[in-house]
Amino acid sequence: MPSLDDLKKRIKSVKSTQKITKAMKMVAAAKLKKAQENAEKGRPYSEKLQNIILNLTKSMSDNTNAPKLLTGNGKDKIYLCVVITADRGLCGGFNSNICKLAKSRFKNILNEGKELKIITVGSKGYDQIKTEYGKYIIDKKSFKEKKQISFNEANEIGKKVIELYEQEQFDKCFIFYNNFKNVITQIPQSEQIIPTFIKKDDKIEENVFTYEFEPDEDEILEDLLPKNVSVQILKAFLENAASEQGSRMTAMDNATRNAGDLVDKLTINYNRSRQASITKELIEIISGAESL
Amino acid sequence: MSQEFKIEIISPDKTVFLGSTEEVLLPCYEGQITILKDHIPLITFLRPGVIKISKNEEFYVEDGTVEFSDNNLLVLSTSVQSLKKIKSEQINEMLKEAEKKVLSNQISDKQKYILNYKIETLKQING
Repeated sequence: MPSLDDLKKRIKSVKSTQKITKAMKMVAAAKLKKAQENAEKGRPYSEKLQNIILNLTKSMSDNTNAPKLLTGNGKDKIYLCVVITADRGLCGGFNSNICKLAKSRFKNILNEGKELKIITVGSKGYDQIKTEYGKYIIDKKSFKEKKQISFNEANEIGKKVIELYEQEQFDKCFIFYNNFKNVITQIPQSEQIIPTFIKKDDKIEENVFTYEFEPDEDEILEDLLPKNVSVQILKAFLENAASEQGSRMTAMDNATRNAGDLVDKLTINYNRSRQASITKELIEIISGAESL
Repeated sequence: MSQEFKIEIISPDKTVFLGSTEEVLLPCYEGQITILKDHIPLITFLRPGVIKISKNEEFYVEDGTVEFSDNNLLVLSTSVQSLKKIKSEQINEMLKEAEKKVLSNQISDKQKYILNYKIETLKQING
């Protein structure tokens, strides 16, 4: 049985934890709004770019001259996985969900006898992956100091990926990130970015136009495809940022509620033992008086 | 009948411009082009220059992709900036950087071509 003083201390400490989680929740809520806006603002660009590429590829007459980024280099041996996570913790299952998905994917790749290379973005992902798959990690990036992720950061990674591809360091590239569905649900996702993979069921309007190209399809594609890689990475970043805040908000909301429950329970305990000690003292006094 | 068509300029983080206009001047890779209503469907990309929509709406771009179809003009650019918002010190800085780069021997002819346009445009904006 903890003493009254101990209980008092516990209550105080839980209350201050509750204050912290509450503040974190508020901050996350404010940041979420901004991140969500950013994610939404970023969507048209990537959608329209994919649209253009789809239109381009449709009107391409022969695939033999097509850039390798689009059709692949014909090999299927080395896989590059870019795992995008947050730099900070305390956001529920956010980081572990991506890592879980990524790890199961890694396992499959290795089981199939393929070679695996990993780039981690965000320090939390690196921490979780390095224990098991540390030897496959070829690079790690972190944008902890950056307040806001912009195209430049995504471009940095995109350029790096393309450089590796041109050196034939890998054949296929996947990115892992959390897709922001709403505040409560974030879905960890993997997407193939090299060779460019365009989903058929995307909300792409079926265009029947025959386009005029200047200079010509191949040159435009060569200009566009590397950009598309960066843009896809940026999209993943933005979705991730919104997901992180959403996840943190729900996690902190739960924590605040749990802390509240705990405080209630401890307060009842505290009051009970306070009353018990008063009763005990009374009984001692009364029985003392009676024995006189 | 109105001679206007829709134009959209989008950068990765936001929609920069959305509206309709009668004519747009684009700094395309192979030369400047003007787009009017009912232009045939076109896909092309940009070199550094200024997109001119009207007197008040001018945008500096370094690169970008243009799609025109069904009287919708779509400009995707990672480096678009409104001329109204861009400051002259910023331009000077970019100009210095570009001039330094163009003198180095490590760049390809294509990069040199693009950089020369960049310098020219920046000078024009400031001048």
